[in-house]
Amino acid sequence: MMKNAIAELITKMADDELILGHRNSEWTGLGPVMEEDIAFSSMAQDKIGHAWALYRILQEQLDGEDPDQFAFMRAEQDFKCCHLVEMPIGTYDFSLMRHFLFDHAEAVRYDSLQQSSFEPLQQLSRKLKGELKYHTLHADAWILQLCKAGGESYERMQAALDQCFPLAAGIFEPGNDEQGLINAGIYPGEQALYQRWLDAVNTVLVKASLNMPDPATLIPQYGGRKGNHTPHLQPLLQEMGEVFRLDPTARW
Amino acid sequence: MYGGGYIFDEPNKKQLRDEQLHDDPEKLAAFEDRIARGEKIEPGDWMPVEYRRQLIRLIEQHAHSEVIGALPEGTWITRAPGFKRKLALIAKVQDEVGHGQLLYNAAETLGKTRESMINDLLSGKSKYSNVFNYPAMTWADVTVIGFLIDAAAIVNQVANSKGSYGPYCRALERICYEESFHLKQGHDALLELATGTPMQKAMLQDALNRWWQPIMHFFGPPDKVSSHSEKLMQWKVKMASNDDMRNQFLDTYVPKIWELGLSLPDPLLHKNTATGRWEYTDPDWDLFFKVINGDGPCNKERLQVRRWAEAEGRWVRKALMNISERKAMPVA
Repeated sequence: MMKNAIAELITKMADDELILGHRNSEWTGLGPVMEEDIAFSSMAQDKIGHAWALYRILQEQLDGEDPDQFAFMRAEQDFKCCHLVEMPIGTYDFSLMRHFLFDHAEAVRYDSLQQSSFEPLQQLSRKLKGELKYHTLHADAWILQLCKAGGESYERMQAALDQCFPLAAGIFEPGNDEQGLINAGIYPGEQALYQRWLDAVNTVLVKASLNMPDPATLIPQYGGRKGNHTPHLQPLLQEMGEVFRLDPTARW
Repeated sequence: MYGGGYIFDEPNKKQLRDEQLHDDPEKLAAFEDRIARGEKIEPGDWMPVEYRRQLIRLIEQHAHSEVIGALPEGTWITRAPGFKRKLALIAKVQDEVGHGQLLYNAAETLGKTRESMINDLLSGKSKYSNVFNYPAMTWADVTVIGFLIDAAAIVNQVANSKGSYGPYCRALERICYEESFHLKQGHDALLELATGTPMQKAMLQDALNRWWQPIMHFFGPPDKVSSHSEKLMQWKVKMASNDDMRNQFLDTYVPKIWELGLSLPDPLLHKNTATGRWEYTDPDWDLFFKVINGDGPCNKERLQVRRWAEAEGRWVRKALMNISERKAMPVA
């Protein structure tokens, strides 16, 4: 029972990382300034690397599949990523705001996992601590400088925040048997992480003079953790597996 | 990565001031002595007008090639098969954009801003390597680009890194170091296909057949038709002849391709043991010039993508120039 719940937790974390890493990699060659192009590519590598590490934990500790097969061959409904990461890159304001909201959520999650009773997650979260810090620093710096510039730039950031916020709240969709995981000290549960995340993002949003949508009236966009996805996921998966599926038994 | 050989400007026909048309003979002699002694020229140093102009053109074209070169491979990042290839390809393409950044910085030391270089790229005034005007149609194309085009680029860039302009040489030393990793990842991915299933081998052979002519074009027109410039050689701006670089490339890489049981689509390709030079069917040079002048299979698409990025990113760049409250962020 606990094994299934841990596998579900790791799968949703890994799927988020893989899909957002894939999306961020789409900025390669297209960024608004070369330095941002490079930054998004670099963060894409980190995210895809995190996904790979998590899938390996599934394989090695929880009788999971080979990570390549699991990531590149799985059916859409078996993916457990949230809707936020599925959305197309859109324009830079959307992608930056998604990066800011997601990476703070990632940071509070991995921070809590440093106390996890599940050893492999605890070790991984300690290993990733350093790079996650750079991701949130990067996001905060850009949110602040674009907001402080005022005018069109500020308005774009507020609009992106309004658009992304319900999607981002969907990161914290409750999981099955979450109480079991909380009781076993594996992680603190989605509700607790959500509260910590609200505090973390609010600190930066206040400095940036952005208005955070009211969490009390917000309707989080749930569904991804249950395998119900936006129409954007299937084409992404098809593209991701296009070469691999030519011959899944071949070495590439 | 970069190629296209050395294609230098015709002498500038615009009205120039007298001191631009006639370099001070004493300063010129001292400059040429420094180069003959193997010294590097640095940004603040005196240099002939023509030296500055040709270097800007060379480094700018190189920078554009890195940025445009990210596009054909970049489109395969989302389709790379498996974690290992996906991560390696993102890292590789990211490096290429980083090279563009380093090179724009090097060119800026000569007095042209990044913005005006990018504007010249978008208007079609400034060129980039021809090889990126061809489409990457399958995954095998990515492995051929990663191995052979990067290999060709290394031949070119190692030669240029021995040139006379300090900032360009130092940028190239860093770039060559990274390119040698690119070559390894390209070789590894190509090897996997060459030793893989019949479908994978066929895919690779097809890619080689399609890329061979652009690769032969890579080092630029043959010496007998390319405009020679004794001066640029003397000034160590042009470091090797197009044919010499092409020969060096063929000498190292053709045997490696043949060893893998692959063929190259040129029945005349062989090494003349008497001369030590490679002989081959002349690639279609009319096509080369046609592509350079904007009529290749992907020229329009490549520039359109860059124009999209420039237009979409304009508000960001504008905002960066307009921060009312500047603040230094700690790096850690």
